[in-house]
Amino acid sequence: MQTFALDLAHLLAGSLVLISLMMLYQDRLFALINVFAMHAVVLSLSVAWQAYVQHAPHLYITVLIAFLFKALLIPVALHRIIVRLEIHREVENVVGTGMTMLTGIGLTALSMAVMMKATAGADPLAQQDLAFSLAVLLLGLLMMVTRRNAVSQIIGFMSLENGVVLAATGAKGMPFVVELSVAFSILIAFIVIGIFLFRIRERFDTVDVRALDRFRGERRVSVLMDGHSEMTLENRSVNEGNGAQ
Amino acid sequence: MVLIGDFLLQGIQMAGVLALAPLLTGITRKVKARLLRRQGASVFQPYRDILRLLRKDAIVADSASWFFRAAPYLIMALTWVAAALVPTFAAGLPFSWSADMIVIIAILGTARFLLALAGMDVGTSFGGLGSSREMMISALAEPAMIMVVFALAVIAGSTQLSSIAEFMASSAVGLRVSLAMALVALMIVAVAENARIPVDNPATHLELTMVHEAMVLEYSGRHLAMIELAASLKLLLYISLIACIFAPWGMATGDAGVLAYMVGAGVYVVKLLVGGTMLSLFETSIAKMRIFRVPDFLGAALMLGLLGALLLFVSRGM
Repeated sequence: MQTFALDLAHLLAGSLVLISLMMLYQDRLFALINVFAMHAVVLSLSVAWQAYVQHAPHLYITVLIAFLFKALLIPVALHRIIVRLEIHREVENVVGTGMTMLTGIGLTALSMAVMMKATAGADPLAQQDLAFSLAVLLLGLLMMVTRRNAVSQIIGFMSLENGVVLAATGAKGMPFVVELSVAFSILIAFIVIGIFLFRIRERFDTVDVRALDRFRGERRVSVLMDGHSEMTLENRSVNEGNGAQ
Repeated sequence: MVLIGDFLLQGIQMAGVLALAPLLTGITRKVKARLLRRQGASVFQPYRDILRLLRKDAIVADSASWFFRAAPYLIMALTWVAAALVPTFAAGLPFSWSADMIVIIAILGTARFLLALAGMDVGTSFGGLGSSREMMISALAEPAMIMVVFALAVIAGSTQLSSIAEFMASSAVGLRVSLAMALVALMIVAVAENARIPVDNPATHLELTMVHEAMVLEYSGRHLAMIELAASLKLLLYISLIACIFAPWGMATGDAGVLAYMVGAGVYVVKLLVGGTMLSLFETSIAKMRIFRVPDFLGAALMLGLLGALLLFVSRGM
């Protein structure tokens, strides 16, 4: 029974890492959202298994929150945002897919190497959960770094949070209040980011975050703009051109 | 007496894979044709094709060297040896000690090297094109395959196929996500290595999409028969490999009686049928991808293999 419990936890947490890597690979927004929903479903399964093994009934509420919010509410909302923003075109990657995947594998290896050392002597269940959750966390960060589209950055952020939840449930005796507040802060963050998205769109006519660089006056852009502030209008049309590609 | 019996079994396996290989190709073609609502040729057509090719004269280009004529036999022999090493109906045959996964990869790699070289021998542009594409594909497929072998070796504690099969048949395996990853990776590699859709189309005569067909374009007669037979054997090899590792049930182990061997053989034929049908289903449900997308496809296999091996280091505090 003990090894079976470990194996199933390993299976679910391992699938979570795999799905995180799959997310890096997706270059279409709708596919990305579907994979994210799958990520949330696997996370809730994983947490449910933890709840069963640890005999911790309050974790089932975490499962419910994760499933309702992350697997249903947020994907549907993101879907609608994408339709409203009319950006169901391809996601541009800053680095190529191959390079991103290699980096992702490297980060997974790194998190395992670090966590196995750091938590040596701990309960094997918690140990592997921590290792996998660090991997999911780093992959979420990688996703945020490699994408230019604000919507995929949000998804990266949400998947990062899934890693935090996995870590939290792996550790025994995590107070329920903390989980609840984390879940709600994520929801509020989502709402704020959603509003922010529309604001970006309104201001710059695109959700490509490269557009923000220009208004921060970064190097590449200042060459383009040649220091003329009255070119802002023209600049906006350039952005639009980039966005439509 | 025991020795003779053992060698007889090994002989049966060698003859068996050779006899079944064209049938497997015939079945996949037939299922594919039926799925496309065509009648399709008989499942025995590949045997007739090979016999006909054997009777025909071989036409060899003027610029061909001795290597061009020798290569088909070498390729056929190497593929046959590799296919006969993979446990099919019984584990623990007298040559099982040499049925190491790394050895099989090496033998197949040698055969592929010879084929690519033969494709370039005549000096036509198609041969060179096919060879270069084949090398690109195999340069990606082989590391993925090695990664799968690593993952399996960590789980089973051996790279020897018959011990892996015995381990997988026992209850010591447990639930492992790495095994699923290794299976998917191995399937992707098998599709790529056997020049099937979506990587290559075995029935194509459109130059732009040819990989394997482009390489063997100059071959005719008995040489072509050898190459076709080798291709069938390779398909059989990969299906038996997947069956032997991931579905080793029904395989006769150790000193089994005649009945166990009969059951093993029957189950093996069923496995081949299932494998061939699944391959046809997969092939008809997917479109061939552009040659430059193949690295992404095989990269996924490499990644899965790598991740599978990585995850193993976490499980059970290893």
